[in-house]
Amino acid sequence: MTPGARRPDLLPALTPLIVAAIAAPFIGSLPTFVTLTVASLAMGAMLFVMASGLTLAFGLMDVLNFGHGAFIAVGAFAATVVYQFAPHGSLATDLASFVAALAAAAVVCGFVGYVYERLLIAPVYGRHLEQILITIGGSIVIEQLLLALFGTEPLDLSPPAAFRGALVFGQIAVEKYRLVALGLGVLLYVLLLLVLSRTRIGLLIRAGVENREMVEALGYRIDRLFTAVFMAASALAGVGGVLWGLYQSQARAGMGADLLVLVFIVIIIGGLGSVTGCFLGATLVALIANYAGFLAPKLALVCNILLMVAVLLWRPRGLYPLGAK
Amino acid sequence: MNLTLDGVHTHIGRYHILQGVDFQAPAGLTTMLLGRNGAGKTTTLRTIMGLWRASRGAIRLGERRLDGARASDVARAGVAYVPETMAIFSDLSVRENLLLAARAGAMDEARLDWIFGFFPALKTFWASRAGSLSGGQKQMLSIARALIEPRPLLLIDEPTKGLAPAIIDGLIACLKDVKERGATILLVEQNFRVAREVGDRVAVMDNGRIVHAGEMAALAEDAELQGRLLGLSLDSHQ
Amino acid sequence: MRLLSGDPPRGWPARALVVLVALALAATPLLFHGAKPLEVAEKICVMAALAASYDVLLGYTGIVSFAHVMFFGVGAYGVGLASYALGPGWGAMALGLAGGLALSAALALAIGLFSLRVQAIFFAMVTLAVAYAFNVLASQLPDLTGGEDGRSFRVPELLRPGHHFGHWLGTAVTGRTLTYYLVLAGAAALFLVLLRIVNSPFGRVLQAIRENPLRAEALGYRIVFHRTLAVIVTALVAAFVGGLDAMWLRYVGPDTALSFSIQIDVLVIVVIGGRGTLYGAVVGAAVFVIAENYLRALIGAAATATADLPLLPNLLHPDRWLLWLGVLFILAVRFAPRGIVGELQRRHDEGRRS
Ligand SMILES: Nc1ncnc2c1ncn2[C@@H]1O[C@H](COP(=O)(O)OP(=O)(O)OP(=O)(O)O)[C@@H](O)[C@H]1O
Ligand SMILES: [Mg+2]
Repeated sequence: MTPGARRPDLLPALTPLIVAAIAAPFIGSLPTFVTLTVASLAMGAMLFVMASGLTLAFGLMDVLNFGHGAFIAVGAFAATVVYQFAPHGSLATDLASFVAALAAAAVVCGFVGYVYERLLIAPVYGRHLEQILITIGGSIVIEQLLLALFGTEPLDLSPPAAFRGALVFGQIAVEKYRLVALGLGVLLYVLLLLVLSRTRIGLLIRAGVENREMVEALGYRIDRLFTAVFMAASALAGVGGVLWGLYQSQARAGMGADLLVLVFIVIIIGGLGSVTGCFLGATLVALIANYAGFLAPKLALVCNILLMVAVLLWRPRGLYPLGAK
Repeated sequence: MNLTLDGVHTHIGRYHILQGVDFQAPAGLTTMLLGRNGAGKTTTLRTIMGLWRASRGAIRLGERRLDGARASDVARAGVAYVPETMAIFSDLSVRENLLLAARAGAMDEARLDWIFGFFPALKTFWASRAGSLSGGQKQMLSIARALIEPRPLLLIDEPTKGLAPAIIDGLIACLKDVKERGATILLVEQNFRVAREVGDRVAVMDNGRIVHAGEMAALAEDAELQGRLLGLSLDSHQ
Repeated sequence: MRLLSGDPPRGWPARALVVLVALALAATPLLFHGAKPLEVAEKICVMAALAASYDVLLGYTGIVSFAHVMFFGVGAYGVGLASYALGPGWGAMALGLAGGLALSAALALAIGLFSLRVQAIFFAMVTLAVAYAFNVLASQLPDLTGGEDGRSFRVPELLRPGHHFGHWLGTAVTGRTLTYYLVLAGAAALFLVLLRIVNSPFGRVLQAIRENPLRAEALGYRIVFHRTLAVIVTALVAAFVGGLDAMWLRYVGPDTALSFSIQIDVLVIVVIGGRGTLYGAVVGAAVFVIAENYLRALIGAAATATADLPLLPNLLHPDRWLLWLGVLFILAVRFAPRGIVGELQRRHDEGRRS
């Protein structure tokens, strides 16, 4: 084989189509199928936003933050604060306040992520057991602080008027907000891929995922790089939290803990550390959640666990495992 | 710049690997670091590079103390490293590998052409994924990464491993040229022909200590000394 | 000594602490009147045995499981649902317990084989997901499990509060007293079994794997086999404890048997008590349960005292007690990783050496 010819591994990329094809006959009606599928794609996009940073940080430093879910909730609450003060009414103001909410969530979560990383994670680099314990502790503290600051009742986080309602094509209705979430998720995915392939910091991250020591021996501070990646991961979790909060029309302190389970399934399926795998994993998990949610609502989560088992039996390290480490 | 090691000890976990390493790699010369397998050569380079921490002793580059510094600071002090494992970034292209090694940002075209002169394969596979290169090509890339910007000190660990004779000749020419340009080189090498050809000075290690230091030429002449210091295995490498 | 498998707590402070807890638990029905002290003591027994079995995983084997409480719940549901369906009786409880143990072993085997091949972190993630899904499933199948509301059930005649055995030292001895001593005896027996396990050759292999997996593998130990066996054995103990607790509560539901917060409590108890000591679980459980029941009130009092200040009363609200627990937990992991018993033993060991 000549160097450079890289056999493209397309099979995993087809799995969402396979899942959709299998589910379609069971669902029966076309409009329902389309609605469910669009809902899945939107949910997948949101899960991707929440999970992408986590998987990247793990790939780079072997650090898995069990408190990642707490950042999702922090993002949603940051958005409620913005929406309290933001004007609304016209399309322009709705858009502006949406962007402001996303930005606020990213900034707040990035900052909290910085403190969290320096205070909790840096002292236990390379020690998995302590990492798990201390990040569990961190998640408890953040969640409780949210409860102390915002109260125990969920806060309202309805999408602005511009995003409400649905577009109707014949019998098929597609909620506008789902398209917004889907669009933003895909945009972030493309941006992330561009950063990873076109920028120096992206190259450093990919290089560091493979060999931290050599990156350091070339003269770069891997710990600072990781802190930056961790902040970005936290910011992405926050953005995902805003999207999810608007989707559910509320912000709850416990939302992160619920989502973390799905996020874990996503990154395990995708292959720890892989961004593309994460995108696929998120789509698959969302498809299963929606199809199963329609066909056998009680078994939705169990079906996703079975999906994880099936994927791992097929590919023990996930759909797109990272190369030799 | 002179590289000086003064009573350097290194522990890895519970093991005491380097047990007082003293030698000097004089400025502008190529110093060979020789010794049996497991003597501690790689550990010495890694300790200089800051990838292991010296538990005792001093490492100096010119006037500057390197012991205790992070690897990134050692690199920024002007040390380039070609590890025994090559450690190329296989997910990145050849170009991207070199780009990261060029900390200044852009790569110097003239210098690149100079490198291509020794290792033409790198030009051919410029845009390929480094992971798909052959073993020898990866070795070339690893060396090129250390050369892409001028550095005062090069630490090179067994660069000829797996290289075809023609490429070894290119490497020898390259190393001589690098020295001409004023760099100090510390080279670990099992291939005695290469050692004899590029080495000015030599330090021989055993069991984590330097057991002999002197002129490379003198060692090359003295078959008895070679046999005593390096064992018979050397001849089979030629 | 035989009973303790030749492994008593090292040094008199640790020993005194453990003996104190054990004596207090044994004497609670005689020393105190009213329902609350007995509730607290029962919870300490249950949490101590549950945490001790978790410590075999966390402290001795070096793996983090988030599904340990799931096995506890399986045991509890086994006893509860069997008693509910078949009517009160010793046979129903035994049958339920046996079913719970069997299901626990099967689940543990599946999870262990499936996810212990890879890194520890992977096991933690998978167990988290599985336990969560199990919890959701249990609350969504009301016909079988009673759903969110759970199931109240009746226990055999002998164990009911209305059953009077008479008086002893001025205390009424009822079916509850008997139940309490059954729980205490069961928990103590399970603890001694765990102590025997960690001091057996199998326990030493687990520790060898924890210390250096590569070396242990080189010595020929099958890592996945030993770790999976550890998960199964501890799952069985947890299920047993769950059965005991259900018998005491005469109720099973997601909140008392499966909730993630119990898992966190167990984690906190083991870390604060001292992981890898087993006795730490006993001391940790006592400290934790007492703090949970009595310190909460203290925090609440502080909240009232600071009512005029901004935010502080919110942080000191009794319901925010988890916040302070979380802070304490982080501090313990960072600065006192040996926990109470581990630290006492270390001081003793150092004192002897010098
Ligand atoms: N990470 C490590 N952990 C434990 N021991 C190590 C480690 N790395 C090296 N050693 C030990 O240190 C000693 C020196 O190893 P080193 O790699 O420096 O030898 P070397 O001279 O480079 O040998 P070779 O010619 O085979 O490359 C050996 O005995 C080796 O087993
Ligand atoms: Mg070597």
